[in-house]
Formats: sequence, structure tokens, C-alpha cells
Amino acid sequence: MYIIVVGGGRLGYYLSKALLSQGHEVLVIEKDTVKVERIEEELGSICMQGDGCETAVLEEAGTERADLLVAVTDEDEDNLVACQVAKHKFNVPRIIARISNPKNEALFKKLGIDVTISSTNLILEYIGQEVPAYPVVHLLELRKTKLELIEVKISAGSPAVGKKVKDIPLPPGSLLILVIKDEDIKLPAQDTVLHADDRVLAVTKIDTEQDLRAVLAGS
Amino acid sequence: MKVLIMGCGRVGAYLAASLDSEGHDVTILDIDSASFRKLAPSFKGTALLGDGTDEDSLRKAGIEEMEAFLALTQGDNRNVMAAQIAKHIFNVDRVICRIYDPLREELYRTLGLEAISPTTFFADLLKERLMRGAK
Repeated sequence: MYIIVVGGGRLGYYLSKALLSQGHEVLVIEKDTVKVERIEEELGSICMQGDGCETAVLEEAGTERADLLVAVTDEDEDNLVACQVAKHKFNVPRIIARISNPKNEALFKKLGIDVTISSTNLILEYIGQEVPAYPVVHLLELRKTKLELIEVKISAGSPAVGKKVKDIPLPPGSLLILVIKDEDIKLPAQDTVLHADDRVLAVTKIDTEQDLRAVLAGS
Repeated sequence: MKVLIMGCGRVGAYLAASLDSEGHDVTILDIDSASFRKLAPSFKGTALLGDGTDEDSLRKAGIEEMEAFLALTQGDNRNVMAAQIAKHIFNVDRVICRIYDPLREELYRTLGLEAISPTTFFADLLKERLMRGAK
């Protein structure tokens, strides 16, 4: 694949290094000449000095033949514009934006940036997984759908304890796909009974996540 | 009219004072409090410290009641992002955005933003002056 990386900071550097080692054709666009020199010294002539939000620069970079553009500068607004220019001017089929302000995730989606990576949210989610008081962990948002994969911890006070799967009023569009008890895993059948300390993997509509949480974990 | 201006540079400050003197309800937002010194002493509107690319700051600035939003910072991308937040998240009626780079201006115009490039605008004006003088 031909991959353009906008932003040659630390993240852009390591990302490009990894992508190169996977055999991809990579071009890094970076404004700062010092960073450009560092990348060229270490990774070869794969770096172009310029502003990756500028149409002229992206044109020179051959963006119209890029399979993927990843915008990983420190500034959310620069990443937004680089992605929008790539998508709307050069029809790049796939674009990924890095986000620092978690609120921008919804905004970017609304503005047509399909894939956003928020390091703040990622760290928050890991904190969520490490803190047992947190009953729901978001594992994955399923691409191009409004569905997500979540893990719910069934606590002793949960309304689902002792109930069979068929008797739990799951919101429409939700499905329990795996029950984990310690190290054992089991596909939930209609008459599988849930117990305290079970962990359940479920696919649910993002809109009805709260309802699913209520029937499985309680409030 | 209730107007929110983002960026208290020369243009932002001048426009804010001018709209204010005509009786409009003006709020001006900037991330640097020193920039408010550019406002005319007679300015009676609100000057607010805040980042116009952040939804919370915009909400604090009262964007939900605004009839117009103008993005006039030095950064094209900041302007583009703030303008899109105003238009698509807060549904402000009139959103105008300054974009220095003519190519980006053209692109965002096709994406439905009311964008103005001072670069092309001023160059055209200069050219017109020059040609008129030549006759």
C-alpha cells in the first residue's frame, strides 16, 4: 500500500518505521526541517518537508494514488484538515486521524472522518479496565456500523444474576456472544444461567448500550 | 444581531467594535487575553478568554443563541474546524470563515462553508487598482 503519514513527530516516526518494515510504501510530510532531517537520516528518503494540510503539498506527494492517509500531528485541527483535503480533493479511500480532545471524536465522525484514534480515550478505557468498579468496558467499535463490542462484568447485585439468557430483556439489536467464568469460556445458549463474577461479551447498538448495561449490570 | 467572533486580531477587533457601535450584540473570543487590548475603548460587548475549537468554550461563549459566527484567527485550520463546529454541531445560521490559503478556501467552499480568502480578495483588489492607474 502507499501510505501517507502527516506529521513526523515521535508518533509519526515510529509509525512510519513500523509500516516500512511491513513492506509498505511510506511518505511522511513534516513542516519542521529538523524533524525531516532526523527521519531521512534514520529511515531514508521517505520524508517531504511541507504542510500536509496544503493542497499543493499533498498534490506533490502524489496523494491521489495513496491508499491510506494517516494524520498524526499534535494539533487536532491540522489532522482534521489534512484528512478532509485528502478525502474530498484527492479521494483517498481510507483516512485515519489522531485526536487529543476526546470531544472531537464525535465531531470528526460527523465531518466524515471514519476512523479516529484518541489517545486520551484509549488511556481512559484502559483505566476503566483496570478499575473493577467499572462494569462496562468498550472493547471495539465495529467499523462502518453503529455497533460495538463491550464487556460487562456481572456483579453480585446485578439483575441478571441467576437468570437464564432467554429471560433477560435484552434491548433489540443486542446479542450476548461469550460468557467468561475465570478462564473458562462458553457460548451462551438460551438456557445458560448467568452468575455473579461472570464476564459477558456482547455486541450492541451504541444507542442502546445504556439499556443493555442496565439489564446486565444494573444501574 | 447576536454575533460571536473568534480571534481578536486586527480584523476581529475592528469588526467587533464596528458591529458593536451599530448596536449589535457582539462577543469576541481569543486564547490570549493580551489580544483584547486591540479592542476600541468604546467597545461595550463581551470579550472572553477561550478556545473556539473547543465545544465547551463555544457553549460558554453562548454560541447556542448566536445568529452568526465568524472564525478569524491566524490559523486556517483552526478557523476551518471552529466554523464546522459552529455549523454542524451548533447549527448557527450564518457562519463565515477566513482561509488564507486559496486552494483550501476553494475546497471548503465546495464543502458548503462560507469561506473567504483575504489572499485572493486583496490580490484582486490590488490588481484592479493597478490596472485602473495604468490607463
